[in-house]
Amino acid sequence: MEFFRNVNVDWMGKAKYFVALSLVLLIGGWVSIFAHGGLQYGIDFRGGTLVYVRFAGPAPIDQIRKALSEAGLQNTSIQGISGVANPNSKNDVVIGLERKGQADDTALDSGKEAILGALTKTFGTDTGGKPDFNSASNVQVAAYLTQRDPLVLGPTAGDRYTQLAQKLVASRDADHGGIITNFPQLAGVDAASPAVIASLQNGFSLGSFAIRSAEIVGPKVGAQLRRQAIYATLYALAGMLIYIAFRFEWVFGAAAVIAVFHDVLITLGLFSVFHYEISLTVIAALLTLVGYSMNDTIVIFDRVRENSRLMRREPLPEIVNRSINQTLSRTILTSGLTFLTVLVLYLMGGEVLRSFSFAMVVGVVIGTYSSFGIAAPIVVAWHKFHPNTGAAGATPGRNLATARR
Amino acid sequence: MTSQLKWKFIIIFTVVVVCLFGMFGRPEVPTSGAAIKQNFVNNIKLGLDLRGGSHLVLQVQLEEAIGMRCDQAIDLLTKQLREKNVGVGEISRVDDTHILVHEVTPVTSGIFRDIVSNQFTDWSLAAAAGEASGYLLTLKPSVISELRQQTMDQALETINRRINALGLSEPTIAFTGRSDDEILVQLPGEGDPTRAKAVIQAGGQLELQRVADERTYTSEADALSNHGGVLPPGTMLVPGRSESAAPNTPSSTVWYVLDRSPIVTGQDLRNASTSPNSERPGQYQVNFNLSTAAAARFGPFTEQQSQLPVKGRMAIVLDHQVYSAPEIEGRIDDTGRIEGNFSQETANDLALVLRAGALPASIKYLEEDTVGPSLGADSIREGVRASIGSLIVVMIFLVIYYRLSGINAVVALVLNLIILVAFMAMSGAVLTLPGIAGVVLTIGMGVDSNVLVFERIREEVRNGKANVTAVDVGFDRAFLTIIDTHITTLVSACFLFLFGSGPVKGFAITLVIGLLANLFTSIYVSRAIFDWHLSRMERQAHLSI
Repeated sequence: MEFFRNVNVDWMGKAKYFVALSLVLLIGGWVSIFAHGGLQYGIDFRGGTLVYVRFAGPAPIDQIRKALSEAGLQNTSIQGISGVANPNSKNDVVIGLERKGQADDTALDSGKEAILGALTKTFGTDTGGKPDFNSASNVQVAAYLTQRDPLVLGPTAGDRYTQLAQKLVASRDADHGGIITNFPQLAGVDAASPAVIASLQNGFSLGSFAIRSAEIVGPKVGAQLRRQAIYATLYALAGMLIYIAFRFEWVFGAAAVIAVFHDVLITLGLFSVFHYEISLTVIAALLTLVGYSMNDTIVIFDRVRENSRLMRREPLPEIVNRSINQTLSRTILTSGLTFLTVLVLYLMGGEVLRSFSFAMVVGVVIGTYSSFGIAAPIVVAWHKFHPNTGAAGATPGRNLATARR
Repeated sequence: MTSQLKWKFIIIFTVVVVCLFGMFGRPEVPTSGAAIKQNFVNNIKLGLDLRGGSHLVLQVQLEEAIGMRCDQAIDLLTKQLREKNVGVGEISRVDDTHILVHEVTPVTSGIFRDIVSNQFTDWSLAAAAGEASGYLLTLKPSVISELRQQTMDQALETINRRINALGLSEPTIAFTGRSDDEILVQLPGEGDPTRAKAVIQAGGQLELQRVADERTYTSEADALSNHGGVLPPGTMLVPGRSESAAPNTPSSTVWYVLDRSPIVTGQDLRNASTSPNSERPGQYQVNFNLSTAAAARFGPFTEQQSQLPVKGRMAIVLDHQVYSAPEIEGRIDDTGRIEGNFSQETANDLALVLRAGALPASIKYLEEDTVGPSLGADSIREGVRASIGSLIVVMIFLVIYYRLSGINAVVALVLNLIILVAFMAMSGAVLTLPGIAGVVLTIGMGVDSNVLVFERIREEVRNGKANVTAVDVGFDRAFLTIIDTHITTLVSACFLFLFGSGPVKGFAITLVIGLLANLFTSIYVSRAIFDWHLSRMERQAHLSI
């Protein structure tokens, strides 16, 4: 089976369309960024509180919003989670609380407590003073069971109840997604006899929501992380530039780095258009995309290097065209498969990886395109305007052939 | 099969065996299916985002420790100068590291300089700018850095003791390495860190101080005006809760005048425990025992105080807050108690903090990231499902597109994953959620290497080369490209590892290992399989690619 054979496209002849396309994407994305008042950073870069809550039923977003504003919380964001692969996702909601300015950081977790308090006030059921089983730890459950001794084990109990509590809590977390709506749901756990279930029902209430995760970042740390991420990116780019300049010619290195920059800028623009936030994991994705796009560019440049040795009399644009056409089959295959991989990740990878895989899905497409649409034309254009820089004379690119082989 | 090829397969086989052993065979050779599974679960270390838990970053307020050193120096200097009859004006504190001594009487300035240079070796002495007879004491930079280091070590040790006393499993307590005043605390499995956070943050500085003034005052200004604007020498004002207030009324703050130097401090404690408060039902109290040396001081002191015409009072001060100031009824040797509005849990936590010792400086939380165990379980399920899903899609495609050679690529991919997982198991590197993403990316890079080689071989076959030559040239040509692409990505992954934080690091780890494994499988293993296949087929037969 084979998709491409003897392709003959004049890629360099179409360079101006590519440049136009890139400009449209760049300007479009950055207009959106400015319209939104800058890049939307995640809590980890901005400082603030992010609480991920699961409700027993579909999350009542309007009521949550009302509860938060009644509690006097401003700058909150409430985001429902929609997932293709996760049936429970309608019940989940992420509540963000931004830390405006340099609020006093003595009480870093006051935001989390405030959100919790507001939710409890609105959605808390009358518990009659009973602790909430959905937020109980296994130690709490074990202490309760040991005290009540529903299996009538007496002094022979040993750590039986501790183990049972672990199993019950594990079942709540793993089988029921961290929240149960009635105690008989736990009947599947071994040793959870009706007596145990009844005893739990007596001693515990069931809250209608549970905290799945909480992230709190002080403003100073946020700024520090942002700086660190930017430096890591710049160092990584510089490292790659040096390596490519060493393996090829400096203009190739520069072209590759410009192309990669172009990819990152467009991806950031699309992040703004689709309302995704830039978090630490997204930075990881951007750096991966940098590596990926670089990878693609190098495959083409490698071929250009090889071909400029074989085709000494041909002009550079012709050599580049030929190289892109020869590697096209590989480019489409690899990009296609990587695209499939990250698409699966995007659809099935869960909420936490969503913005990461979005960056990758976009990045694979843009990164592939920039190799022939941006990086290669830059090399060609540079050699067109500086025909005599090559050591080997009239044929641009020939110095490549003699340089490193 | 040539002997060279035989050796290649022996090496590959050995790698596979070592990897499988690393994943499933440790720490004990398994005898059942369940044991194999258990070994695997034990060998793969999961990050907090996958197993659930709390990640806390806290900052030690080092300036406090330095400031405290400065206060102590001022106290000591004042005392020494008074003893030696050195006439000085005011001794003022400029900031945490500078003390200004005004108007040293010229005749005694020689004695002053001697005292400072002999007894205050941590400080450097210079004439104060713009003052004829003033001196400036500056804390030496070497002392400051030593003090910072010492404070950090002590804070780490104290937090360590407290967390261990809480009985949480497998905590990590370490310096972050990001900034020299930060400590990282990781509590696996802890879905709600509220209690642990309170215990870590508690100051735990206990001091028993003699009450210097019978009365209490409603404000600082009130206390000062009653003493003619200046406190008696060697005393200080400390806030506390009014004892006359009924238990359930909102507490009003009162101010006590206490002796500056404590009779007993937290360092003198031998033990601390809790018991129900006999006078206030429902409340708990913390009881403490003193060391023998402290008891030898405390006994005579309390005896003397209790025999005064107006019995002396003793303030129990915790973290610069008076908890109670009872009258001393008689001689007390080595026991005492702290009363307050404590529940059983808060009393237990306070006793624990007292046993573990005080923090050398207060701490602030900079960052908290808590993942509930249920979310962690979901993430593992989804991450693994996504990885396996994408792997299957890719493998099916490779076999359809490249036929027999596709199987070769599938073998290389699987081996790549085995090496990657085995390395994670053997090195103890932590698998995080972004780490799973790194695994997915490794799959992508592995596919790319194989596609590069295969496309090149196809090209050569199309150009009429014989099978053996086509494979040879294909691998040769693709080799350079693969090296270039891998090194470039490795360079960026290394920078990610060096300069990235938490989640980014987890991603870089799997990516680096995956890339290295990929170089081995796509160049070495894949080539060996091709050579083996070629050695068995007819020279003119069609290469299945």
